[in-house]
Amino acid sequence: MTKPLVAIRSVSKNFGDFQALKQVSLDVRAGEVLCLIGASGSGKTTLLRCVNQLTPIDSGGVWLDGELLGVREERGRLHRLTERQIARQRLKTGMVFQRFNLFPHKTALENITEGPVQVQGRKQEDALAEAMELLRRVGLAEKADAYPSQLSGGQQQRVAIARALAMKPMLMLFDEPTSALDPELVGEVLTVMKELARSGMTMMVVTHELGFAREVADRVVYMDHGTIVEAGAAAEVLGGPREARTQAFLSAVIR
Amino acid sequence: MNATERLAQGFPDLSRMMVARQPHWMRWLTATAILAVLAVIGRAFANGQIEWSYVGRFLTVPAILEGISNTMIMAVLAMALGIVLGVVVAVMRLSSNPVLKSVAAGYTWLFRGTPLILQLLLWFNLALVFPTIGIPGLWSVRAVDVMTPFLSALLGLGINQGAYTSEVMRAGILSVDVGQYEAAQAIGMGRLRTLRRIILPQAMRVVTPPLSNEFIGMVKATSLASVIQYPEVLHNAENIYYANSRVIELLIVAGLWYLLVVSILTPLQMLLERRFSRGTLQLVR
Ligand SMILES: Nc1ncnc2c1ncn2[C@@H]1O[C@H](COP(=O)(O)OP(=O)(O)OP(=O)(O)O)[C@@H](O)[C@H]1O
Ligand SMILES: [Mg+2]
Repeated sequence: MTKPLVAIRSVSKNFGDFQALKQVSLDVRAGEVLCLIGASGSGKTTLLRCVNQLTPIDSGGVWLDGELLGVREERGRLHRLTERQIARQRLKTGMVFQRFNLFPHKTALENITEGPVQVQGRKQEDALAEAMELLRRVGLAEKADAYPSQLSGGQQQRVAIARALAMKPMLMLFDEPTSALDPELVGEVLTVMKELARSGMTMMVVTHELGFAREVADRVVYMDHGTIVEAGAAAEVLGGPREARTQAFLSAVIR
Repeated sequence: MNATERLAQGFPDLSRMMVARQPHWMRWLTATAILAVLAVIGRAFANGQIEWSYVGRFLTVPAILEGISNTMIMAVLAMALGIVLGVVVAVMRLSSNPVLKSVAAGYTWLFRGTPLILQLLLWFNLALVFPTIGIPGLWSVRAVDVMTPFLSALLGLGINQGAYTSEVMRAGILSVDVGQYEAAQAIGMGRLRTLRRIILPQAMRVVTPPLSNEFIGMVKATSLASVIQYPEVLHNAENIYYANSRVIELLIVAGLWYLLVVSILTPLQMLLERRFSRGTLQLVR
């Protein structure tokens, strides 16, 4: 068996007295599309944010591509990495947010080239060419010079996906990428994500789009109250869940 | 009879009537009253003890022109120092480091809490406290030589301005959505680069109007530096009227110059605002 690309081991996270994650363990293999589902407040976003260290974990560990994230082990103790080291580790993951979070003072093209040029120090013209290619891939070549405020929600989210891909990440994280969109705009974003999944990208997707999960996900994880209740092949978890809690959630959502 | 006609029955047809213009009697009345008052004031000044020919003559004498240029140089440099300090202190204040936070809060407290003219006098008279400045044994200069009117005014005005600007900048930084920090972090940006490339450009849009306000205040605050012999326009005007006793005429000359400078600043502010509102939807009128 090959090593998983992402290994989450006994990760706990508290906000004050509230336990948002309780000893969560999970593997994601390279090339796999994993969908996280669960009720509001169950900890899906928190788990995703722990993987790219927007939220520091309290205990446990996350390994990405064999590298322990956020801390370094030395003589039986853990030491926090510096801001700079954490920033470097983040380059391996791309993140797409529920509310897009595009940079409003930059055009679509500038949003995409910002990371490659400023952070990775790539040549402006190479970055521009690649950014145009990415815009074509998400179907927005003609919107290169538009500012985010001039784009629809669906278009903004597709630019946000292109911005994350421009860093050439090995893992893409999606936090409810379509739940801030009008219903008629959901499809265009899911189409881009499906194409990305087919291209072999490893993806962790928090979503309420069960149709998307059924069609694209290799595995589905159901979370509740900060724990993973059930994880398995998409068809099994969504088609015939074993756990009562999963059954209750699915029947409430599907109705 | 169709549906529209049926619904119209029993109602007067308003569709072809114009809305009549309202007569604004009160506006006419108040405007006339104000003009009358202005006329009275104007007459009083015209007939008063003012030699208007002096005003015209002294408006462009070398000492006054030099003074207004010194005023502008000081205002620009002190404002630049104030903005740099303001950004640094705002960032310190927002950091999670308690030491930085307290230093920033202490700075704001000290320099906002004392009169500007007192601070200027303190800087200018620093030599009374520290006769020499330097690194003991290596290098030292006499404080009186260093603390020229120019440097005292620059430090006094700039450092005081920084205390106010830091609060403006803090408001601007806080106005930027947290999602922007997270998006920047997610593409691997460090804290400083995020601030410089993502946060400050967006904060500038919010802080341009209050900062322009502060700058206009700064142009006029430079006149306080006349007490420490900095040759700005008011100081030079005073020197002239000590000699020729045309006090009011020269004060009017200085006043006209301040008005002119401030009038030029308003369109500049508009240009800046347009520059920083890039990407935001403009209100269409
Ligand atoms: N920064 C925070 N401070 C305090 N509590 C938090 C914070 N972030 C999350 N929580 C709490 O942790 C719990 C899990 O939150 P999380 O956002 O991970 O849920 P979620 O499964 O993504 O829910 P949703 O479907 O609504 O997005 C929630 O109860 C939430 O209130
Ligand atoms: Mg969430």
